[in-house]
Amino acid sequence: MNLEMLDEIMRTYGYEESGVVAMLQDIQRKERYVPEAELRLVAERVGIPASRVYGLATFYRSFSLKPRGEHIINVCLGTACHVRGGARVMDKFTRDIGIQPGETTPDGKVTIEPVRCVGCCGLAPVVVVDEEVHGKMNQKKVSRIVEECRGVHREGVQA
Amino acid sequence: MAKLIVDGKEIEARDGRTLLPVLRGIGVRIPTLCFHEAVSPYGACRLCLVEVTAGKRTLLAASCMYPVAEGLVVKTASERVIRARRMVAELLLARCPGVPRVREIAGELGVQASRFPQRDERCVLCGLCVRGCAEIAGVHAIDFASRGVYMDLAPPFHRASETCVGCTTCVTLCPTGCLDPLDFRMPPSRHRFSETRPAAGCTLCASESFRSDHGH
Ligand code: FES
Repeated sequence: MNLEMLDEIMRTYGYEESGVVAMLQDIQRKERYVPEAELRLVAERVGIPASRVYGLATFYRSFSLKPRGEHIINVCLGTACHVRGGARVMDKFTRDIGIQPGETTPDGKVTIEPVRCVGCCGLAPVVVVDEEVHGKMNQKKVSRIVEECRGVHREGVQA
Repeated sequence: MAKLIVDGKEIEARDGRTLLPVLRGIGVRIPTLCFHEAVSPYGACRLCLVEVTAGKRTLLAASCMYPVAEGLVVKTASERVIRARRMVAELLLARCPGVPRVREIAGELGVQASRFPQRDERCVLCGLCVRGCAEIAGVHAIDFASRGVYMDLAPPFHRASETCVGCTTCVTLCPTGCLDPLDFRMPPSRHRFSETRPAAGCTLCASESFRSDHGH
């Protein structure tokens, strides 16, 4: 991320300590993860120790300090989704895409991550793909999502 | 000044203090791991629990955090208190069976063995090193990272810190010895949080071990 962009993010929150979580979220939205350099710069400009920002970023599971894929597939394994077969949904994703939960495909296109409840248990089992919620998942819907991700993936390769 | 009743006896204490030092001041023995008078209290270890009645409410409270107030009724060794402390000791013992200070505290509470699955950690996550580094050294080179069972103490990105000044305040405050004081006498690394760079001899305390070991 270039400096101006980062500075604009920090300016939005007034370079205030209370805005650090929001800054990290914005950074992650752009970069799909929170890079070390950005994290350190936020600490420096906001005027708090990098150790605290690191503590914060590692506290919340929604922050990633590792690069992630273009598409992020969050499979819910919370209680309700677990009961309604979340684990099988996860299994199908990992089998079809060929990576383990928490991993990113070597081409950097897809990341699969488990989450613990996304807050819409009525739709269980739930999968969130790039912030879009897919409810009442079944094996067919998994295949469709995988295909969609692959489709964009092919376009990505051609481009 | 506030009047409170401790184990049936009335005592006076200055407002603004917390219960722990007041209680210790009148000779009550209270075990602690995460408390140190040099830094702010944190309430992490839960060993200092006492029973406090404020008005109609009675609760178990960490005495290191609980502020003195008029009319408090405090029980420092009720059955409920002892039972709670024993449970804390058992959990600590399961996490750190090899730490002498933990064993000692557990022993004093009559806890010989833990019913919980054992781990072999040195660190009890009391956070004294963090507070010492931040409040005494003014550096804050380390902090808690991650959470739950994955929580540990680390400099940013779990790599040697660029800001650590090698003062070893953390080593001094650590109650379990998980920060080995010998580390910093073995150049080039002073302790596991610090990056590798030569130590400057301290002109205030004239720390000799630094000088001889590092040739300053
Ligand atoms: S001394 Fe009070 S919680 Fe540790």
